[in-house]
Amino acid sequence: MKFGILVNEGPYQHQASDSAYQFAVAALAKGHEIYRVFFYNDGVNNANKLTEPPQDDRNVTRQWSALAAKHHLDMVVCVAAGLRRGIKAEILAPGFNISGLGQLIQAGIEADRLVVFGD
Amino acid sequence: MSDTEADEGGNRKVKRFMIVNRKAPYGTIYALEALEVVLIGAAFDQDMTLVFADDGVYQLKKGQQTKGIGQKNFSPSYRALGDYDIEKLYVERESLQARGLAPEDLLVPVRVLGSAELSVLMDEQDVVLSF
Repeated sequence: MKFGILVNEGPYQHQASDSAYQFAVAALAKGHEIYRVFFYNDGVNNANKLTEPPQDDRNVTRQWSALAAKHHLDMVVCVAAGLRRGIKAEILAPGFNISGLGQLIQAGIEADRLVVFGD
Repeated sequence: MSDTEADEGGNRKVKRFMIVNRKAPYGTIYALEALEVVLIGAAFDQDMTLVFADDGVYQLKKGQQTKGIGQKNFSPSYRALGDYDIEKLYVERESLQARGLAPEDLLVPVRVLGSAELSVLMDEQDVVLSF
């Protein structure tokens, strides 16, 4: 199956991004395809390469970047939601790209299922 | 495929999108950013349905005044949805009643459905986005 994933919450404050990541890992392991991961609302903060969690904690942003590199994931950060929160190209972690909300609608059109992870 | 290529294709797929609004209009940004998704969905010629449930029913409450909290009152935008051919607005009856509200208290004409009827409508959608 072809999945789209929407992440609406930032890292650490909320479980949503961890759950989305674990869902993506599990789906890929089962041979499914991820059409796109779209980051919206505070979810845009997942793309911030300046985040530095303690050493003994998982690094949510790095996990996403590594997964994207391994599976050629299309990870899109909403430009309007990002600008509101200071998420710009210069602080984008590897694998993330900035684009418009149209990319979310398109994921809804092209994916068999669009799964929302939020509050 | 980029958005532009899809535009030029001229035969873009149309899917049924439902946006479920569950949060009060202020206090968090969900209502405002959900509205942005609705407008982009309409710009992409998708079949958009809006549902207001839980505290989301307050998004449509008449007489919103936001001066005291220093935020923009974006509620007039709901009245402009018709200009974007967005006319399927549903409010959950139980949520409305639990808050002492009636359809007359709302900014725009809506259809009031019980949660069981809403679940049928939800089942008919291709994409459900919950905010």
